[in-house]
Amino acid sequence: MPIRHTIPMPRPPHRRRAHARSSDLERYAGLFAERTQVMRSSAMRDLMAVTARPDVISLAGGLPDTSTFPPTAFAAQMTRIAQESAAEALQYGPTEGFRETVDCIVEVMGAEGMLPDPEDVIVTTGGQQAIDLLCKALVDPGDAVICEAPTYPGAIPVFCSYQAETIQIECDGDGMRIDELELALERLDQEGRRPKFIYSVPTFQNPAGVTMSLERRRRLVELARSRELLVVEDNPYGLLRFGGEALPPLYQLDGGDFVIYVGTFSKILSPGIRLGWAVTPPPVMEKVVLGKQAADLCTSTLTQYFVREYFAEGNWRQYIESLIEIYRGRRDAMVEALEHYFPAQATWTEPDGGLFIWATLPPYIDTSDLLAKALRENVAFVPGQAAYVDGRGRNSMRLNFSAGDEGEIREGIRRIGKTIAEQVELYSALTGEQPAAPVPSKPRETSEAENVLPFRKTGEGGGA
Amino acid sequence: MKVAVLKGGRSLERGVSLRSGARVEDALGRLGHEVLPLEADGDLVKRLTAGEPDVAFVAMHGMGGEDGTAQELLEILGIPFTGPGVAACARCIDKVMAKHELRSSGIPTPDWFAFNETAFRELGAADALAGLEERLGFPLVVKPSRGGSALGVKFAENWFDVPEALISAFSYDDRVLLERFVDGRELAVSVLGSEPLPIVEAIPNSGDSYDFEARYEIGRTSFVCPAALGKDEAASVTETALAAYEALGCSGFSRVDLILAADGPQVLEVNAIPGLTDTSLLPQAAEAAGMSFEQLVERILDLALTPANA
Repeated sequence: MPIRHTIPMPRPPHRRRAHARSSDLERYAGLFAERTQVMRSSAMRDLMAVTARPDVISLAGGLPDTSTFPPTAFAAQMTRIAQESAAEALQYGPTEGFRETVDCIVEVMGAEGMLPDPEDVIVTTGGQQAIDLLCKALVDPGDAVICEAPTYPGAIPVFCSYQAETIQIECDGDGMRIDELELALERLDQEGRRPKFIYSVPTFQNPAGVTMSLERRRRLVELARSRELLVVEDNPYGLLRFGGEALPPLYQLDGGDFVIYVGTFSKILSPGIRLGWAVTPPPVMEKVVLGKQAADLCTSTLTQYFVREYFAEGNWRQYIESLIEIYRGRRDAMVEALEHYFPAQATWTEPDGGLFIWATLPPYIDTSDLLAKALRENVAFVPGQAAYVDGRGRNSMRLNFSAGDEGEIREGIRRIGKTIAEQVELYSALTGEQPAAPVPSKPRETSEAENVLPFRKTGEGGGA
Repeated sequence: MKVAVLKGGRSLERGVSLRSGARVEDALGRLGHEVLPLEADGDLVKRLTAGEPDVAFVAMHGMGGEDGTAQELLEILGIPFTGPGVAACARCIDKVMAKHELRSSGIPTPDWFAFNETAFRELGAADALAGLEERLGFPLVVKPSRGGSALGVKFAENWFDVPEALISAFSYDDRVLLERFVDGRELAVSVLGSEPLPIVEAIPNSGDSYDFEARYEIGRTSFVCPAALGKDEAASVTETALAAYEALGCSGFSRVDLILAADGPQVLEVNAIPGLTDTSLLPQAAEAAGMSFEQLVERILDLALTPANA
């Protein structure tokens, strides 16, 4: 994720280590664990490095807007901590997190109709650590983990680093296809295997922006119960709903027997405080706590104190309301711009909440290459490939609407639309095909790219 | 000596350049030079003028830094700089231009055709593509004329892969080349001054020589230096590489990438300013020749300050 601002500071005198020579690298290479071999394409990394240039309108990040958090309130809360509990706030804390933080978490989950037992909650260093700790507790190399296709791009490196075999199940406008999931489970049955868990972002999914329908939620929970499978529900965006009716989280439908819940303060308060949590059944919690001890002993005490102060003021829901107003306007601006500037062959999701829109282009456009072209116009997005483990998603892209203002969003979409239009026109010149009637030029079997198209153009994600 | 290190810039290889630059800065520091790190942006000229360096180390890759742009500025400012001059950079960055130059100098390079976007958009070049099969045959490699690493390079196994591959390549440049795929061993010869360094061979671990991205990933490609070649083979590869380096007018240092096919070496491209990161090929080759990275950097500086190379 690009950090746009760094604080200029005088550099202390320091020694920089002599860079490794290649023979040194060879020596270390023999020491690297096998899991480090699973690395993201370096070409992609280099492209993403360019998206951080300050003159680029980046629709690539997933940054929530933190610019409207009142600085005076922030100052007052931190001052109070310094004056009243400096020694404690600067000390280690319990591995599971402070009870007061858990109370805040219970309050947040309550706002979506969930009633977790506080004993089942562990405070983590962001939701990301919760995913990591769950893998640490559950996944051996070669184990199957199931997730959506596309899935949260940040989950892929976690699954890879635990050497999971990641199986991705198609999504459509109603979220993960449960019929496809059942087929995958049957295939695993035949091999005598079962997945360690099914990872899902059912609400305003990252990256697709779709929401799993109520019917599918029920089926998923029933499936988990009848097959005694764990589901990991990652729900960072549930409270950021701009339209449609709220659906019950999987955790609520299940009651917490087979659904493990991952939450975060990142999107409702601040990602900089690195505070998230997991809610798990007690036997899993025991292992997760051991893993957390090994990883970092405890989550930041200081930021837990900050959350406690912040919730004590009782305005947290108003702040979310204000974010929702901002994001609704930005989503509307993005959708309008997409309608105006993207070619007729493009489709996209229209989410009722969250931070992302997923757009899909004609199959002959590779969005990694398109990104290179778009960067010349100083605009960036995440190529769809980042959301798949197997190279699919090449003609899709993730567009973020939370980080930039409406003007930037319109201009960004205009520039991306221009680069797409050029490619569509060129393809038409190359193949003689009319742009309005896109027909795949390949006579061979349906390309994988087409299999990941089925998102509807209108936002139906919230419907039951 | 006060050495300005130019790095970053707006090219797609910005990330590599920042790593190259940081490593060069470290080495310069250890060599006792005064280092002036300069990210190439809108203030570059101002800061170069104010900094009054004795020499500029150009650690930039891709457009803006490796194409003669930065070099032209440094010439105007009268600051000696490392690596090839303006003309050599301009020839190397453009694979089509470089291949014409190589061919007219009698240096083997795979057959190719080049097209620009206008040819397709306005001149109906698509109809001419039909002649490709006859003239070049499949498989083909489709590349942007100006572009670094594996970006936009696609393999076309047959006719139906060509339009998509062209669209990808045209994302990076308005001129692309379709090149005959030559099967063989992938070699790189770095040249320092006029001295060739030991040959590096890239061996893809997957055995998939069509996977261009793999070449740039640790763990997916192994690099062997010096490459295991017979004496005659090695001599012919080195001789071809040196000829290419000279034909394109390179000086200071550069890296020549070749394929060693059954009937001898063929030059794919010359990288005017190859990477200088921990995993880059030039430092590996220098090390195989017994040079530390500091010695390599010092030698590159010497070459920049030798009038014959200016």
